[in-house]
Amino acid sequence: MKLWKDFTNGIIKENPTFRLVLGMCPTLAVTTAAINGVAMGLAVTTAVFNGIGMGIAATAVLIGSNLIISLINKIVPSEVRIPIYVVVIATFVGAVEMLIKAFSPALDSALGIFIPLIVVNCIILARAESFASKNPPLNSIMDGLGMGIGFTLALTFMSSIREILGAGTFLGMPLFGAAFEPALILILPPGGFLVFGLSIALVNKLTAKKA
Amino acid sequence: MKLVIILLSAIFVNNFVLSRFLGICPFLGVSKKVETALGMGLAVTFVMALASVMTWIVQYSILEPLHITYLQTAAFILVIAGLVQFVEMVIKKTSPTLYQALGVYLPLITTNCAVLGVAILNIESGYNLIETLINGVGGALGFTLAIVLFAGVRERLDTAPYPKGLDGFPIALITASLLSIAFFGFSGLL
Repeated sequence: MKLWKDFTNGIIKENPTFRLVLGMCPTLAVTTAAINGVAMGLAVTTAVFNGIGMGIAATAVLIGSNLIISLINKIVPSEVRIPIYVVVIATFVGAVEMLIKAFSPALDSALGIFIPLIVVNCIILARAESFASKNPPLNSIMDGLGMGIGFTLALTFMSSIREILGAGTFLGMPLFGAAFEPALILILPPGGFLVFGLSIALVNKLTAKKA
Repeated sequence: MKLVIILLSAIFVNNFVLSRFLGICPFLGVSKKVETALGMGLAVTFVMALASVMTWIVQYSILEPLHITYLQTAAFILVIAGLVQFVEMVIKKTSPTLYQALGVYLPLITTNCAVLGVAILNIESGYNLIETLINGVGGALGFTLAIVLFAGVRERLDTAPYPKGLDGFPIALITASLLSIAFFGFSGLL
């Protein structure tokens, strides 16, 4: 029961992107990447594809670092815990980075420096500090999984809006006829801020009604 | 000439905050007042310039000769964390007034992704040491410019009428969006 609660916590109640507003840089950047991919003539990657890829990468790092940190928290002196957490996280990010390079070069070139930047993604350090360092390993894995899924859903939601309205496609497939004029601004950087701001306002509105 | 282009590009055209989305957390977190925004900007400028040079040296004199470039991410974040700690101690000893002014923002620079971002971008672009320094300083000045402008707008937002539902982060993000559109004007500069 407790495990299930830890799992769902990250998806809805404390969604890292919309509720805690952590890890904003990748949220904004990754859902923009479609235009970069097209401009540089790279393999076809779309905003939604990038969003899901980024979410899965962050989820893997979250689960791994939460597990290790909850295992070692008894032997880590609290004065130097932050540097140690950062090293643990950086190790997992390095592993994920090499896996992505090996299995999906298209995703690697689309996400670019935002894969190594998962290290400084506040979601991961925040969960390490506020959850994994105080809870048993199994709960920490569930928390990492829930948070990761919450992050992935948020990225998918935002990239879907931006790709459908900004490019007229979903996962690269055209949705509308030739008469549809895509709102290019949504796929450019300003659109990222705009869609993110309106999404938070929407989530606030929905959750406020329920309460 | 190439140096001027790198500098202008880092400050205006590829502004770190508004078009590369690096350093969004402090951009939104420390931008309620113009003074604190300026202090944060200057601290980041100092750390980013130093971090650019240090990580460049680490990359080409330690990681590459030993063929352990896959440790780049871990090595860079350790260098940056150590550097921030060092800068904090130096400022505390030499200038207590500046230390007071920067306060809690100094340690927070470690998790500013603009710092790690510029270090990795320098290596990816194959810059030499001088270009690396220029790119680091330019990126940081761009960050300072964006955060100070943004703080100026937010100070005015306090008295502006806008829908209640947008209070807090939503209105800040919409403001950032408009600022980002303004920076598009620079894209024809180079």
